Amino acid sequence: MTAIEKTDVLIVGSGFGGSIAAYHLAAGGAKVTVLERGPWLSGKDFDHDYLLGSSYTKVFDFVAGDGMSVLGGNCVGGGSVVYFAALPRAPKYVFERHGSIGRRMWPASISRKTLDPWYDRVSEVLPVTQQDWNDVTYAGGLWAAACDHSGHTANPVPVGVDAKKCTNCNWMMAGCRFDAKKSLLMNYLPAAMEHGAEIRPLHEVQKLSRTEDGGYRVHYNHIDEEDYRITTGSGQIEAKIVILAAGAGATPPILQRSEDTLGAMPHAVGRYFSGNGERLNTAIINEERVAEVLGLQRPNGKAYEANQIGKGPVVACWDFVDSALPEYERFSMEQLYFPPGLGTILAQAPGATGPSWFGKEKKEILKQWKSWLTIFLMTEDDNEGVFGPPPPTGNAYRISQQMLARGPLSYDPTPNTRRGWELADAKVKEILEKDGLAKVMPWTNDVVGAYTVHPLSSCRIGDDPATSALDDRHELRGHPGIFVTDGSAVPCGITVNPALTIAALAERAIPGIVKAARERGVDVTYGAPLPKSISTSVARPAA
Amino acid sequence: MTLEAFADTIVPGAKRFPTDHAIAGVCDDPGAVEAGAMELLGDPATGVTAGLVPLSGMLNQRAADYAERVGLTLDPELPAFVALDYDHRAALVLELTAWGNPERDGWVLLTMFSNMAYDSAAHRHTAEAIAEGHPGLLAMGFAEPEADGLWRFADFSYGRELAKRHPNTTESGSPE
Repeated sequence: MTAIEKTDVLIVGSGFGGSIAAYHLAAGGAKVTVLERGPWLSGKDFDHDYLLGSSYTKVFDFVAGDGMSVLGGNCVGGGSVVYFAALPRAPKYVFERHGSIGRRMWPASISRKTLDPWYDRVSEVLPVTQQDWNDVTYAGGLWAAACDHSGHTANPVPVGVDAKKCTNCNWMMAGCRFDAKKSLLMNYLPAAMEHGAEIRPLHEVQKLSRTEDGGYRVHYNHIDEEDYRITTGSGQIEAKIVILAAGAGATPPILQRSEDTLGAMPHAVGRYFSGNGERLNTAIINEERVAEVLGLQRPNGKAYEANQIGKGPVVACWDFVDSALPEYERFSMEQLYFPPGLGTILAQAPGATGPSWFGKEKKEILKQWKSWLTIFLMTEDDNEGVFGPPPPTGNAYRISQQMLARGPLSYDPTPNTRRGWELADAKVKEILEKDGLAKVMPWTNDVVGAYTVHPLSSCRIGDDPATSALDDRHELRGHPGIFVTDGSAVPCGITVNPALTIAALAERAIPGIVKAARERGVDVTYGAPLPKSISTSVARPAA
Repeated sequence: MTLEAFADTIVPGAKRFPTDHAIAGVCDDPGAVEAGAMELLGDPATGVTAGLVPLSGMLNQRAADYAERVGLTLDPELPAFVALDYDHRAALVLELTAWGNPERDGWVLLTMFSNMAYDSAAHRHTAEAIAEGHPGLLAMGFAEPEADGLWRFADFSYGRELAKRHPNTTESGSPE
């Protein structure tokens, strides 16, 4: 019988939650192993190509549930490889939210003030930069000008993008070919590797069991590098500490599947999922009106026709990110670019007399695609998502060889959530239809239900054991030595892009995890300097 | 022919030849079929390929049921879905993809891939598809890449302040 492999700290997932933990624990002296379900791509592996099998489908997952579809990263670097690198901090009212439970959802120890030092750390590492108006793309500029025309403010969004390297190609979702986007492949992960952390791609963790000495055994499958539907083997590793950071769409099924071996999970595992209240609206811009009313003109004489040009979201209106407003009436409105395919199918033809999301009237608006402007709304939802029984492996039944899968998450939006969407939709419409600037329609929910690129809260922190799965140190209640540091730990929707908040919470959780590791006999200390950023995304080491 | 008619309902096109029954002919330029919908659906990477024959049969069965329900007489020489005109095809697709229809997943997948054939040419290298005049990307005005097959946009910004920042913006550029 082969001896089972052992490590000090086993981390599941290599996105923000996993990478930040990997760095600090490895730098502190622990033996760290990271199991990542997706492939390891970097630099020139990132294709400008929609062909099935290109990086666009390799590193990106679209999991359709019942009423909620989740879009997320599936690769070394996780969400940071596919994200749009908008990195604002959560407004302070977020930490006071009551949501559906009638009392504060966040742990008492966390507020914007107490999280700010952790935000500072992540911001220094990535780094987060502030854009000026010369960095703002046409789409962002148009949104800003339209907001201004309606008497609203608009902010260039803080981002993790090197403006000098960025070509404004708008292929961010397929990974950044030019290493302009600050993914984890350029900071925490290479720094963790320098300290001996081992990152294993195409290893999908299925469940955990207990060892006799109070540690954990992690059971994984090997995934085929081309066809993710195929499992090519399996294995186990034993660890003293396990950190789950598979993402809010994937951490709960691992824990649910582990109930047979670990015993009952806290009630909040796989419940309270939030889609960050997300909605998209597509505006079909009237080029003539934009020129006349807003006075916009490009060097080529066009007013706009620049949907394809840019780098994701660059400008947001935060006028309704306002603590004076009641809960469920606060939201941000951010200009965004979504590539064709995912970014077109749900858009609806304004004023359609027949079907609005397919057919001849939909085809007509595709002809105006260059004049589309997409507005992304982040509202306050009610944490109404619930995970059903986990699938046999992974977090979903894979349909396509890559990208497309069917998952067990169900989401039935409450009147609070629906009202938030309606208020935000109406505001976008009011701003963009003023003086004939555009025709606006929200994306349909008739095809895949609601959708989110920022899944949150499905294994959340809190002070109340009845409504949170983790304590405020991110330890899984009733299962000492298991920590969760991904987006599932964030207690609720935050009305802005959550990557920086997920990362700051992970940074904040590290001292407690180090302490727990020491108590379990791991020779590790806390206090390593912040990792240095490198200019080239780190490639998979040669075997 | 049946699946072509389905794809043509999602992104309609012009008839390829006078007796082209699959394409309803409600548009005067190419649609999903000419963009390569059958090629994409036939790619095993999609995961729908094995289900195409059963889906095709089910679609004609649903079309026959629909015709009977609304009192249509269909051309017996054609598969039932193909025999429907565009408006009836569209009405049926709305029913098939509606919430509550236990079969909707399969129809939604067909819809998604029919769309993707047209608007992102997921069965082709994007640069090649554009070079060869892929009808969907062409109609959308998708820009051509540079000579190395990569996209870059040197002209990207109005380059001036277009709105005032929110007064409660913190030093880090975030909301308070």
